[in-house]
Amino acid sequence: MILPLIKGLALTLKRFLNPNTCVTMQYPDERPKLSSRFRGLPELQIGKDGRERCIACGLCAKVCPSQCIYVEGASDEETQRRYPKIYELNASRCIFCGFCEEACPARAVMLRDTFELSSYASEDVFNKEKLLDLTRKRNIKI
Amino acid sequence: MNKDLLVYIVVASIKIFLVFSAVQIMIISMIWLERKIMAHMQVRLGPMRVGPHGLLQPIADGIKLLFKEDIIPQKANKLLFLLAPVMTLVPALITFAVIPFGDKVKILGHSVNLVITDINVGFLYIFAVSSLGIYGIVMAGWASNNKYSLLGGIRSSAQMISYELPLGLSLIGVVMLTSSLSLVDVVNAQAKLWNIIIQPIGFFVYATSAIAEVNRCPFDLPEAESELVAGYHTEYSSMKFAMFFMAEYANMITVSAIAVTFFLGGWHGPFLPPVVWFMLKLSACLFFFIWIRSTYPRLRYDQLMHFSWKFLLPLSLFNILITGLIMVLKG
Repeated sequence: MILPLIKGLALTLKRFLNPNTCVTMQYPDERPKLSSRFRGLPELQIGKDGRERCIACGLCAKVCPSQCIYVEGASDEETQRRYPKIYELNASRCIFCGFCEEACPARAVMLRDTFELSSYASEDVFNKEKLLDLTRKRNIKI
Repeated sequence: MNKDLLVYIVVASIKIFLVFSAVQIMIISMIWLERKIMAHMQVRLGPMRVGPHGLLQPIADGIKLLFKEDIIPQKANKLLFLLAPVMTLVPALITFAVIPFGDKVKILGHSVNLVITDINVGFLYIFAVSSLGIYGIVMAGWASNNKYSLLGGIRSSAQMISYELPLGLSLIGVVMLTSSLSLVDVVNAQAKLWNIIIQPIGFFVYATSAIAEVNRCPFDLPEAESELVAGYHTEYSSMKFAMFFMAEYANMITVSAIAVTFFLGGWHGPFLPPVVWFMLKLSACLFFFIWIRSTYPRLRYDQLMHFSWKFLLPLSLFNILITGLIMVLKG
């Protein structure tokens, strides 16, 4: 009965004497190491021509289990290329499942590492420009 | 004659002030140390935000508690409700009156004994006073008009009464060896050999029941958060809660000081001055308290009672028997 008690005491003392074993992360000062497959907020990607890659096919809206995406397409008058006139993502409904990314035929939606979504005003609905801005800040074109 | 009385009063007041403020400072630093040590033992960091490594955390806690609303529940017994925190804190502090924390020193031609008062029944005084602390907890539990508080109060009264017995009996061995109830005599008798070596069983019983007596983990059933929502101090807020909080730490320091006095040789030790030795031993005891708390889970209530009545009490009686037998055989 006594031996396990002493073993427990020895373990806690060992941990106490090596402060480097602490697993706590000082979050705002230390950033977490996110996995490369981390699913953050769905972001609209920008193509090599500098325009959004989205072709407003509406597959993401269709596949979305929580129905948080609303797409309304239009055609460019010169090139006849389809583009989203309205693309809205309701972030308070989004469950970060990544189905929209899987469904997208144009690789226009990608879930990257945006996870700090709190704000002082209640702006849950991300419109097209906001979603594109997230990608513009990253400076990635595909 | 009159001058002697004046000197006595001045010296006693200074000693009381010093000991009282030392205990208060220790309580404040214990709050930080406990959180920090426990965190590191459990592979966490503990408070880090307020000041460097959370050093100002006790002050932040104190300010927070001061600004909280002071709530007295409806239908609570007001008098007892207000009296309970005082009843818990005061006995814990006044036990220090008889604990010697250093050798005799000469100041301005006066020989000053480094103990507030050396009464010849110090041992009985300690137990008389420390039992009063139970009333505070029982009163808090009853006056709150809350079932959880009442259950916490009942549990703690049962627990503290059960553990007071082995606690007192474990020290009888030491008293038999010294044949004196004065704590100064007990310390003086340990100049060569500490009582922990002569009385290992007594020390074990004392350490175990002291943890139970001050309601610390793993015997912290009266305030079991998971079952009693903090027990007797559920309804207390603001400074009244702070007083319970301080009482817990003050009790811890008190029982550690008694352990140092009775078993660890008091202020005796080589090289360093006696007061430093006393503080070192006291800190070691307090560290042991924190160490135990961060290691063990809470006991079940019936296990707790069985442990006291069926194991600790017979063991302490056995210890007295053995001590008496050896004393008789040695002549």
